[in-house]
Amino acid sequence: MKLIEYQGKDLFRRVGIPTPKGVFATTPAEVKAFIEKNPGSWVLKSQVMMGGRGKAGGIKFADTAAEGETLAKELIGKHLVSIQNPDGETVKSLLVEEKTNIESEAYISITVDRDTRTPVFICSAKGGMDVEEVAEHDPDAIVKYWVDPAIGFSPYIARALFFAAKLPAGYGKTFPKICAGLYDLFMDYGANLLEINPLVLTKDGAVIAADAKVDLDDNALWKHPDVEAWNKAAPSDEDQEAALAIGLGMFNYKKLLDEAGEPAKHVGTIANGAGLGMGTMDAVKNAGGSATNFLDIGGGAQAELVKKSYNLVTSDPRVKAMFINIFGGITRGDQVALGIVEALKGNDVRKVPMVIRLTGTNAEEGRKILADAGFYPVETMDEGAAKAVALTKGAN
Amino acid sequence: MAIFLDKNSKVIVQGITGREGLFHTNKMIAYGTNIVGGVTPGKGGTKIESGQPVFNTVKDAVEATGATHSIIFVPPFAGSDALYEAYDAGIEFAVCITEGIPVHEMMKVVATTKGMRIIGPNCPGVISPGKSLVGIMPSQVFKAGNIGMISRSGTLTYEIVDGLTRAGLGQSTCVGIGGDTIIGTSFVDCLREFANDPETHAVVVAGEIGGAAEEAAAEFIGAHMPNKPVVAFIGGRSAPKGARLGHAGAIISGNTGTPESKVKAFQAIGAPVADRPSDIPKLVAERLKAVHA
Repeated sequence: MKLIEYQGKDLFRRVGIPTPKGVFATTPAEVKAFIEKNPGSWVLKSQVMMGGRGKAGGIKFADTAAEGETLAKELIGKHLVSIQNPDGETVKSLLVEEKTNIESEAYISITVDRDTRTPVFICSAKGGMDVEEVAEHDPDAIVKYWVDPAIGFSPYIARALFFAAKLPAGYGKTFPKICAGLYDLFMDYGANLLEINPLVLTKDGAVIAADAKVDLDDNALWKHPDVEAWNKAAPSDEDQEAALAIGLGMFNYKKLLDEAGEPAKHVGTIANGAGLGMGTMDAVKNAGGSATNFLDIGGGAQAELVKKSYNLVTSDPRVKAMFINIFGGITRGDQVALGIVEALKGNDVRKVPMVIRLTGTNAEEGRKILADAGFYPVETMDEGAAKAVALTKGAN
Repeated sequence: MAIFLDKNSKVIVQGITGREGLFHTNKMIAYGTNIVGGVTPGKGGTKIESGQPVFNTVKDAVEATGATHSIIFVPPFAGSDALYEAYDAGIEFAVCITEGIPVHEMMKVVATTKGMRIIGPNCPGVISPGKSLVGIMPSQVFKAGNIGMISRSGTLTYEIVDGLTRAGLGQSTCVGIGGDTIIGTSFVDCLREFANDPETHAVVVAGEIGGAAEEAAAEFIGAHMPNKPVVAFIGGRSAPKGARLGHAGAIISGNTGTPESKVKAFQAIGAPVADRPSDIPKLVAERLKAVHA
């Protein structure tokens, strides 16, 4: 679950990481009232998930309450589009923050290194820019420290990072506290990524997290129900929403876009198991077609879920044929077949030629049931993919 | 011989009276696995239908039965706790079926339970066909023989093994290492065992997009397995970048985890990469013939 800046900063403050003074606002009136009470120079930052919001015009500066109100009116409801996010995102809220007097900008993050199976800190004195670009053009400017989770965080780790990254001396005193806070947050909330870019050293010597990028592990959200509730307000992927709506796991459905030059022989796919689901997509491609989607229906393949999944996949107008790939295993093939026939016999589903691959216990009986109902049952995955691709021709 | 488990391995089931736990316990017993008991807190002193005793704690179960192996069927919030309990009680080998254990909990588990072999989490387990099943695999697909198999996926393993079995290529041991980001046992850990197992004549490595475990596997094979043929397969080759497909670990981020890099790594050490699962049996047979010629 990715968090928006103001949510990330909320978490930062819980572990003592300093953030700029400011207020979260959803209306121009709130912005106006805040600046009236707190005269000075303020930054209005659009609260969106997308990257590149500054260049997209999502950040404005206000010196008076009236100016703040006008700019807030302009920003709230505005649709921001950037190179990173061509689809764009509509601004629903703002973070009004004090302008920081920047002396220096650094970069610090903590993420999961799946190869060492440990958390890793990544730090650079070159903050304020895209870290991947820094990594490409100036790899020596980026330093890493792998933390042994059996030991956990200790201040020497922050010192090692501080010296290796050659951070300006002004960071020295606060930096260990910031690293400690990040590690606590990382392990307590279960994060995939916590990133502060830039970590600002101000002209008067304060160290402040000027931005917050937070990605939490969905499997750990139950530990913090208050944070889990934020998810509902945050914009999420359309495919994930569709999957959840029919009772699939969030990551079990993904619509695939056409690649340039791909043949328009579109086959919708459903399989049981993520590995088989990916294998099914690959098989359609190998057979000269284009899979419109990945869909893992999970174990058991229950009739109602088959129907909902079928409807979700065929809601994509590109789909000219369907390929359902069920490796029976422990599930009985005849039961799966009966379920599929029952689910898809009604008139409330879009009819496209349907190839069903069925193996496992009682698979032969299962295939007979399917053939009798007018589907195309097959025994192997390659056979099924080839058949489905061939059937896209006759369809309209 | 096989790797990780044989007919005599004493196995307990953590979560033995749960719906899934009991269902698969019965399947494992029917297959011939030496299930010596199980654990469900609060049900200690009872027995399951086939007579195996239920204990309140893993420690009680280990003391009473001498179990060295455990298979874990508990909800995700109890997953890391179950692994710690197994470790503390002296279990040497734990298969964790549970899906959805937080990544940071697994990092801690892996760092603090050194010496206990963990398979998974989010995996189908291990089977040494004809000897023992500690997992949830459909056993009828498997057949005893000399091919080792390692995979990050469940159903794709069954798909590939089904093909091997039909082609007359039985298996020594099949390990489903799990699809999560942080897992207890890697491809390389399994390869090290297979390299030293005289009963395993060839190995199938079924990887998928995401991470760099396949590249590490290829490096190990190139350096340490000159006489044992390996055939590889990479799932998700048609997947788009940045999209997570089902498995938490199946995601291409930036230039890491791409299928091209994995295919290249295997090809570089002379291990063939099958384009489709159905090509695997033929490639394995060819490689076996070449080595023994």
